[in-house]
Amino acid sequence: MSIVVRVDKCSGCETCLASCPFDAIVMKEGKAFINEYCNYCKTCISVCPEGAIIETEEISNFKSQISNLLDYKDVLIFAEQREGKAAPVALELLGAGRRLADELGVKLLAVLPGADEPEAKELVKWGADRVYLCSDARLRKFNDDSYADLLTLIINEQRPSIVLAGATPVGRSFIPRVAARLRTGLTADCTSLEIDGETGNLLQIRPAFGGNIMATILCPDYRPQMATVRPRVMKRGEYNETRTGEIVSIQLDEIRTRTNVLETVKEVSEVSVNLHEAEYIIAGGRGAGGDKGFRLLSELAQALGGVVGASRAAVDEGWISYSHQVGQTGKTVNPKIYIACGISGAVQHLVGMQSSDIIIAINTNPEAPIFNVATYGIVGDLFEIVPLLTKKIKELKGI
Amino acid sequence: MPCHNPGGNKRLNIIVCIKQVPDTAEIRINPETNTLMREGVPSIINPFDLHALEEALQIRERSGGKVTVLTMGPPQAETALREAISMGADEAVLLSDRAFAGSDTWATSYTLAQAVRKLGADVIFCGKQAIDGDTAQVGPETAEFLGIPHISYIRKIEEIKDNHITVQRLMDEGYDVVESSLPVLLTVVKELNQPRMPSLKGKMAAKKAEIRKMNKDDIQADEDCLGLKGSPTQVKRIFAPEIKAERKILEGTPEEQSDALIQELRNVKCL
Ligand SMILES: Cc1cc2nc3c(=O)[nH]c(=O)nc-3n(C[C@H](O)[C@H](O)[C@H](O)COP(=O)(O)OP(=O)(O)OC[C@H]3O[C@@H](n4cnc5c(N)ncnc54)[C@H](O)[C@@H]3O)c2cc1C
Ligand SMILES: Nc1ncnc2c1ncn2[C@@H]1O[C@H](COP(=O)(O)O)[C@@H](O)[C@H]1O
Repeated sequence: MSIVVRVDKCSGCETCLASCPFDAIVMKEGKAFINEYCNYCKTCISVCPEGAIIETEEISNFKSQISNLLDYKDVLIFAEQREGKAAPVALELLGAGRRLADELGVKLLAVLPGADEPEAKELVKWGADRVYLCSDARLRKFNDDSYADLLTLIINEQRPSIVLAGATPVGRSFIPRVAARLRTGLTADCTSLEIDGETGNLLQIRPAFGGNIMATILCPDYRPQMATVRPRVMKRGEYNETRTGEIVSIQLDEIRTRTNVLETVKEVSEVSVNLHEAEYIIAGGRGAGGDKGFRLLSELAQALGGVVGASRAAVDEGWISYSHQVGQTGKTVNPKIYIACGISGAVQHLVGMQSSDIIIAINTNPEAPIFNVATYGIVGDLFEIVPLLTKKIKELKGI
Repeated sequence: MPCHNPGGNKRLNIIVCIKQVPDTAEIRINPETNTLMREGVPSIINPFDLHALEEALQIRERSGGKVTVLTMGPPQAETALREAISMGADEAVLLSDRAFAGSDTWATSYTLAQAVRKLGADVIFCGKQAIDGDTAQVGPETAEFLGIPHISYIRKIEEIKDNHITVQRLMDEGYDVVESSLPVLLTVVKELNQPRMPSLKGKMAAKKAEIRKMNKDDIQADEDCLGLKGSPTQVKRIFAPEIKAERKILEGTPEEQSDALIQELRNVKCL
């Protein structure tokens, strides 16, 4: 526990100085400052006219919380919305959340800020048992404070055992605030979630050290167990038109926002969108050798109706722009078919495409690790194989 | 906490949180033992934190103020602090205590926040994420403990004026222009700037500089919130990325191989 002065609110009136029995408050640059003599008597909190002195109580609360582990039951997902529509990652979280909830025999809850009832109903059809809908227009735009306040409120009331959010710019920005406030663990960027059969705890699996290793993280003594999940690695659940669930409308009296978005500028690269939505990705690596190789790949992409991706080596060589890069530091994709041409299959590349339905590897080196993840492997020269494939597919499709 | 300078733009007290990390580009895994081979892997300042430091130095050069680098880590993290001084940081603080060992992001953020509170700051910079854990959590969590706002993924600072800051925040589909009052915590991405190289003068200064050391008592930390004991998360297991092995190698001439592939794809109705 600690008692702190919020410098943004402190007016420098010095009322608290006189009230402190321990002489623990001093003025520093016109603001009150609580030093090490503080005995946590809280007198200052009650006298401050600005309400600028606060107790960071989340820290003192945590012990009582630990004894109540079993009060925490359900699975809750944060459903991120863009312009009122649930983001794709929200549906993936519903898929993952549904699986976990069924395994634990509990309910799947969703929090949806800044959207309307029809969208909440969609979440039910995608698997939610209950949706907490806050249709307040002020929540349409992402704000760290208001989102953190809303989610904390619902977690404190509903006491879910597991809370999942997307590892998107939004989720990665505000979820840590919620975890800090609730005095609980948060595991970033999970690629796989399982339930430990013995303890019922959540096994949170994620890459670390640049993708060189995987780690299983547990949060055994605190609740909820919180995780952000990498977009596009979890499969969406089953969409069921007839599925029913509850929609609970939430009203907020006050919305706290200390930061303010003045303007939103869109700079969507077409490539990014296409890579994420593509059913076929034809990716080239250092083995593609340069512009000529990539031209062959884009001809195949055209024939298939797909998009060209790349390894970091090819991007670093300057053969193709960064927006095409797949992997740890690039995009995570899961197309129906991923054709890796002249890519060795470094772990950092694999983490970005491993969940593709079918992986085809074309490589001259039979020992290349890419063959270990391939559904179909062709040991051969891409400069021969790729044009042949293009020709045959064109013939097949009659183009 | 903030310096008082009525009438004008104030001179800012800036803290940059830096972390010493192994250069993950050089890390390999021992395939037999499934453990990291850290031997001979150099320790560096987390690359994102260099961009954070660069931005802090540029702000100081424009409008005065002070740049303090802060790190929590073992005694050898002092090297990272000296490197930051050689780039131009004014002061360096090493938060080191055996009680901090085993901290997860919650405990790390709590500890850093206690130190920041002690030091006082108008702007706190963090990197977007540290390349060892890639969590991107310490920045926002630290801001929460401090009771101040934060803005993540800063790619440009547009203005700092009269207790106000306006920045560009990188998002999925472009960027937001966001404003905040001070104090504020910012986490930065690499697009922000190009970090400078240490100067000769800086290197000399770094040799002589005194590193301020702080332990758990100096920051009045609650022991229950520190290190392994204070960390809600535990690492249960570490393993090499697993690979699925259902591959089918297509043999023959290139002609036969490509025919076979197309046949396979037609069989599974993917063509
Ligand atoms: C922190 C970190 C993050 C990283 N992030 C990423 C990332 O996001 N994405 C990524 O891709 N990488 C990433 N990397 C880099 C990664 O480790 C590899 O260096 C990179 O993926 C290698 O690219 P490559 O397979 O194209 O090149 P190489 O490893 O050089 O492989 C080229 C392959 O082409 C084959 N070949 C050559 N000629 C032909 C031919 N004519 N026909 C067929 N095959 C041929 C060769 O046999 C070889 O297997 C990252 C690394 C680090 C350390
Ligand atoms: N031990 C530490 N000491 C100082 N700063 C840290 C430490 N750990 C993390 N940070 C800061 O927090 C950022 C995000 O780290 P992480 O949440 O670990 O990805 C880093 O870029 C640093 O700025």
